[in-house]
Amino acid sequence: MTRALPVLIVVLAAAFGALLAAALLDLPPHAVRLPADVAANLATSGVAHPVTAVLLNFRGYDTLLEIAVLLLALFGVLALAKPHAAHVAHPAHPLLQTLARLLAPLMVLVAGYLLWVGAIAPGGAFQAGAVLAAAGVLLRLAGLLPAWAAPKRMLRAGLALGLMVFVAVAVAMLGHATLLAYPPALASGLILMIEASLTLSIGLILASLYLASTEVRP
Amino acid sequence: MSAALAFDLLLIAALVWSAARALTVADLFRGVVLFIAFGLLMALAWARLGAPDIALAEAAIGAGLTGALLLDAVGHLRAKREPDT
Repeated sequence: MTRALPVLIVVLAAAFGALLAAALLDLPPHAVRLPADVAANLATSGVAHPVTAVLLNFRGYDTLLEIAVLLLALFGVLALAKPHAAHVAHPAHPLLQTLARLLAPLMVLVAGYLLWVGAIAPGGAFQAGAVLAAAGVLLRLAGLLPAWAAPKRMLRAGLALGLMVFVAVAVAMLGHATLLAYPPALASGLILMIEASLTLSIGLILASLYLASTEVRP
Repeated sequence: MSAALAFDLLLIAALVWSAARALTVADLFRGVVLFIAFGLLMALAWARLGAPDIALAEAAIGAGLTGALLLDAVGHLRAKREPDT
């Protein structure tokens, strides 16, 4: 019995995989004509890049919920972190420290560029925030940043800023029309403001997911 | 067989191989390194599929940040195991 069970599981998994492949091949090639719809409405969206328009304008509600989920995940990490453990930074090899000090401002510059160019080319808030988070992780690994297990007022404000600005804009649009329906004249300015605050918040949240660990490394 | 098709087939094979090895290798550290390599190959796959935004996000978050978090976890597991030996 115990020898037949793995074989049975493999057979069932292979059959399920074959069913999935058959269902995938059975789909019609173009079920929905989304690129045409997006291209037709791109002029009123406020940006020139279709992915940014979908993320921040047409499906802005999904992005709002995404940033809320990220913040919730950070709450979980902060709840488990030990705030009384050592926050100090243990400096690493001087060569690594110099390299981190040289690279961090460049990474902030790249994040700013990715945020700005997101309106016309691939880029945007999530990519820029990820580069900022990588800069934070690099500084932590070089021993230049202490742990963030007990964030104080400024850090908390930065972490919550993206969600607050996004919700404020969404609610402001409620008095005007429906939720998150930007007026076409203000759309690009609103999207830039939302993306800038999202970049800061996403960078801080993703960096805090790593920096909330306060274990002292030998 | 054009060069693009050969490249795509190599990429698929490398993706499947690194994923399988990351799950089956015995040493945890090697598994995490293979996972980071898998993340970078996945970013290449997104770029080949014509989705540069997702490729940027995958390279930074999937390979970079998740890799750093997993390496941190492996370090903690080793530190917890050493007092026993």
